[in-house]
Amino acid sequence: MGPLIPNDLLSHEWNFIIAIIIGIAFGYILEASGFSSSRKLAGVFYGYDFVVLKVFFTAALVSIIGILYMDYLGYLDFNLLYIHPTYLWGAIIGGIIMGLGFVSGGFCPGTSLCGVAIGKIDAWVFVGGILIGIFFFSEFYTLFEPLYNGSFDGYVTLMDTFGVDPYWFVFGFTILAIVSFYLADLVRKRVKKVFYN
Amino acid sequence: MDNRKNKHIYWNPYFGGFLLGIVIIFSFYMTGRGLGATGAMKSTVVAAVDRVAPTHAEDNAYYSKFIGKDDSILNNWLVFETIGILIGAFISGSLAGRIGWRTQHSPKITARRRLIFALIGGILFGLGSQIARGCTSGAALSGMAVLSTGGFITMLSIFGSGFLFAYFFRKNWI
Repeated sequence: MGPLIPNDLLSHEWNFIIAIIIGIAFGYILEASGFSSSRKLAGVFYGYDFVVLKVFFTAALVSIIGILYMDYLGYLDFNLLYIHPTYLWGAIIGGIIMGLGFVSGGFCPGTSLCGVAIGKIDAWVFVGGILIGIFFFSEFYTLFEPLYNGSFDGYVTLMDTFGVDPYWFVFGFTILAIVSFYLADLVRKRVKKVFYN
Repeated sequence: MDNRKNKHIYWNPYFGGFLLGIVIIFSFYMTGRGLGATGAMKSTVVAAVDRVAPTHAEDNAYYSKFIGKDDSILNNWLVFETIGILIGAFISGSLAGRIGWRTQHSPKITARRRLIFALIGGILFGLGSQIARGCTSGAALSGMAVLSTGGFITMLSIFGSGFLFAYFFRKNWI
């Protein structure tokens, strides 16, 4: 039963090989979906291209549904998976800063790596900026520490926080995604087209 | 009627999203964890500071968390995954003929302006990703895959803030 490496069903030496394979697949899919283009990515904020919304929501739904199914069928133990921890204000304020960085720079870190790989100079500069940002955070860590470690709610899921049933939640989320894809196409038809290459 | 079209040689977004979802499932199934992108950049910064000023790195409460006793800082799952991202994106770009040095920007702005805003955006993303303990990949996408509350909050926060501030940056994009 999965996850294979934490359950010692696959030796730890495989970990890094799998890391590279997963990375290659991740990078390939992002680039092939157009995520190496900042002008395509930024389209989601102005309504001329919704590729970010579509890829992101589709990926989230497929992965949630797949993981829940595998847990249900006994192939994967949900309790052994790494749950991203919840630090309420860190998540909110960090997210706001990242959103500002997204509209300013037109990339997020994963997509900027794809830009770097195909020679986009703006992506190289963006990655340089990320390194500076991390350096800045680390040097002034004492300043950020209360926010970074504060309002810790644990490694919680939506089931723990809101007591929602995961299956009903996924059902609702799927409907929401389909409606948002439909609305996105309506908006894109009304918005002035933007051309880029 | 404007019949010009962007030369879209990209995948159908639903196809790309579906495959990305499969990769996330595979990652959780094999290793018990999701994807990431800023983790390796953090390791790079920590390794660089540790090389240049080792005592400073050990005294700093943040760097010192990531400096192991024996292991190299860069001997890390996310570093290998990130090398993979670069290889994968390079293969895809090569097959589609998208490789080449250039600065992509709107014709309404200069390349210099584009690069300045890219730098500012990167700095903000670097800072924000540390505060939120992950970026769009590590916190939002991989968090949402296991229904993490923090993952959903970070996702809503990133896109909410993006839409909120989009108006002020419109000249750069439209």
